[in-house]
Amino acid sequence: MSLIIKGGRVIDPVGGLDRVCDLEIDKGRIVRTGRGLSGERVLEASGLWVLPGLIDMHVHLREPGYEYKETIESGSRAAAAGGFTAVACMANTDPVNDNGSVTDFILSQARRRAAVRIYPVGALTKKLKGEQLAEIAEMKVRGVVALSDDGATPMNAEVMRRGLEYASTFGLPVIAHCDDQNLSRKGVMHEGAVSMRLGLPGIPDAAEACIVGREILLAELTGAALHIAHVSSRRSVALIRGAKERGVAVTAEVTPHHLTLNDAALAEYDTNLKVSPPLRTEADRRALVEGLIDGTLDAVASDHAPHNIAEKEVEFENAAFGMIGLETSLPLLLRLVHAGTLTPSQLVQVMAVAPARILGLPGGTLGKGVDADVSLVDPDRVFSVDPQTLLSRSRNTPFGGWELKGKAVCTLLRGKKAYEDREWKSRQKVSS
Amino acid sequence: MAWGKRKDLLGIEDLSRDEIETILDTAESFKEVSLREIKKVPTLRGTTIVNLFLEPSTRTRTSFELAGKRLSADVINVSAASSSILKGESLKDTAWNIEAMNTDILVVRHSAAGAAHFLSKVLDCSVINGGDGAHEHPSQALLDLFSIRERKKRIEGLTVSIIGDIAHSRVALSNILALQKMGARVRIAGPATMIPLGVASLGVEVTYDMDAAIEGADVIMMLRIQKERQGAHLFPSVREYATHFGLNQQRLRGAKKNLLIMHPGPINRGVEIAPDVADGPYSIILDQVTNGVAVRMAILFLYSGAAQ
Repeated sequence: MSLIIKGGRVIDPVGGLDRVCDLEIDKGRIVRTGRGLSGERVLEASGLWVLPGLIDMHVHLREPGYEYKETIESGSRAAAAGGFTAVACMANTDPVNDNGSVTDFILSQARRRAAVRIYPVGALTKKLKGEQLAEIAEMKVRGVVALSDDGATPMNAEVMRRGLEYASTFGLPVIAHCDDQNLSRKGVMHEGAVSMRLGLPGIPDAAEACIVGREILLAELTGAALHIAHVSSRRSVALIRGAKERGVAVTAEVTPHHLTLNDAALAEYDTNLKVSPPLRTEADRRALVEGLIDGTLDAVASDHAPHNIAEKEVEFENAAFGMIGLETSLPLLLRLVHAGTLTPSQLVQVMAVAPARILGLPGGTLGKGVDADVSLVDPDRVFSVDPQTLLSRSRNTPFGGWELKGKAVCTLLRGKKAYEDREWKSRQKVSS
Repeated sequence: MAWGKRKDLLGIEDLSRDEIETILDTAESFKEVSLREIKKVPTLRGTTIVNLFLEPSTRTRTSFELAGKRLSADVINVSAASSSILKGESLKDTAWNIEAMNTDILVVRHSAAGAAHFLSKVLDCSVINGGDGAHEHPSQALLDLFSIRERKKRIEGLTVSIIGDIAHSRVALSNILALQKMGARVRIAGPATMIPLGVASLGVEVTYDMDAAIEGADVIMMLRIQKERQGAHLFPSVREYATHFGLNQQRLRGAKKNLLIMHPGPINRGVEIAPDVADGPYSIILDQVTNGVAVRMAILFLYSGAAQ
């Protein structure tokens, strides 16, 4: 039974397309785009953007082990509500995803319960300890798409070097969480004028940049594919820009919160703003936006990190690091679009095309014959973020009460609805 | 008297110069109470004050306790060892339980910066910050101002040098903010490992040279050196610190004749300050302690709302 998405602005940078037209889907695949298409079912999409399903390449789904924070099911529903049709989930679960059986478990839960595609990221080292390589080939066979010790950086450069080499043997990119743990020590926020005023232990930007520099040099040495996670500082942006100019195989991502907020926001000790890497200065934030525009930073990823309220409603220094992001990622990026900083096509590039390319995933395009993973976005819909109504199992967002403009209203996975905005749905019924 | 309705004293940062002066003036009138034969006035009779001290403290806790008692308030001390925090109760739950016993004022000392802010958000009662991590220690800065004003009759225009581990000191931050609000010039000195990264934004003069710090200063505040900081690579040895950044008679040869030497205590004799300097003619270290009670009486009085 064919489905026509009618009269939306179809934006598909891979296909070089950005115009108002119809999109035909049949048997879960994209058939064609064009004008005046007809089919058995019609989704009225005038005023909406029709995008390739968004891909969040860096989330924490917490299952197995921390199901009280999030599950594959709840996290995937939050993803669908945020316009995502695929997410890559990090390995810092309990047990750690450092062997094939944990990978199997994640994928079997995903098959049974997930609303979107789940791509597991395997640990680079056993138990994320940075000591011995995990069984990478076995995890590759079971389905991991990349390797990362996210949350911890192997402090031993030799381990990282061998990890990069071994991963490249199996064609897997390594996602580096760059943090020199000796420099960051007990730090809980960016070290600078604001941390001094708040009396909070600081994390210097050099804690990130030192390791970004190290990983780039190791990627250069080994020729392996390196991806830098959640870049937070202007010094890191400069290092990545330089590496790309030299032709190093490095890619990088940035989070919506690092693009939106700076360390001054911490003045009230809101623990929802405690993230790793920390929010940095306004100069850093601007450098990240610039890096995103000029392509130094390839992708946007939320680093969705759910935590229970009991882990956040404590002294700042004792609070867990991380904020949720799946349901606010797109609206926050749309602020840059509305401000004229980013074009809609660039938004699709950084939120769908680049993540697919970096991880070697299908998707990121609306080309003929591909699976119909589609995000319908109302760019003008104004809404207020209410943490209580989010689909994530956790509420740790600093954006509660923010008025944002633009959100996903319908997410299709293989042509089937994975999410539908209630208000939009009721209007559909009235009009049909 | 410039005093609006204020629920909490979280830091000097939130206070205006007028408010600081009101606290100091009020403290002046309370200082006399401690000199009476019967050191008590009925001002806060029926007021319940809880001192929640989750980090070791002798001076500040005793001082707040005496201040409350001299105002006839009911004062209870809860320490880390005696609280349910050790049993795993969260700070919020501990505070809620204390408030449920109809507490009017909670004085909190905590090793985490922002702990007083956190409590002010979850509690309706008054929260007085008795020191939070490396953030602020407002009552200390206020008693320091009081002690300086008592001797010098003014604060405006004075040069005050604060020497030691500025980066990890709540006393330093509160004093820098307080002194600047009152129109003093502030100098800070210590090895670069103890000067915070964002220091430029404070508008203080920074020197790594002790003699330059002492020269022309009207007041010198020495900070306690925490010996455990040696493990954090802030200085190689106590001996080397004492030699290069300790205050001793020899160094004071270039000092102003009417210099005041202060220290928030507890002092490490022979480390940041030589014993003969601590006990010498410039020192007002024990005045600070005496004045602490009067200043805390003023704080409890004003924040209890009894002034309205």
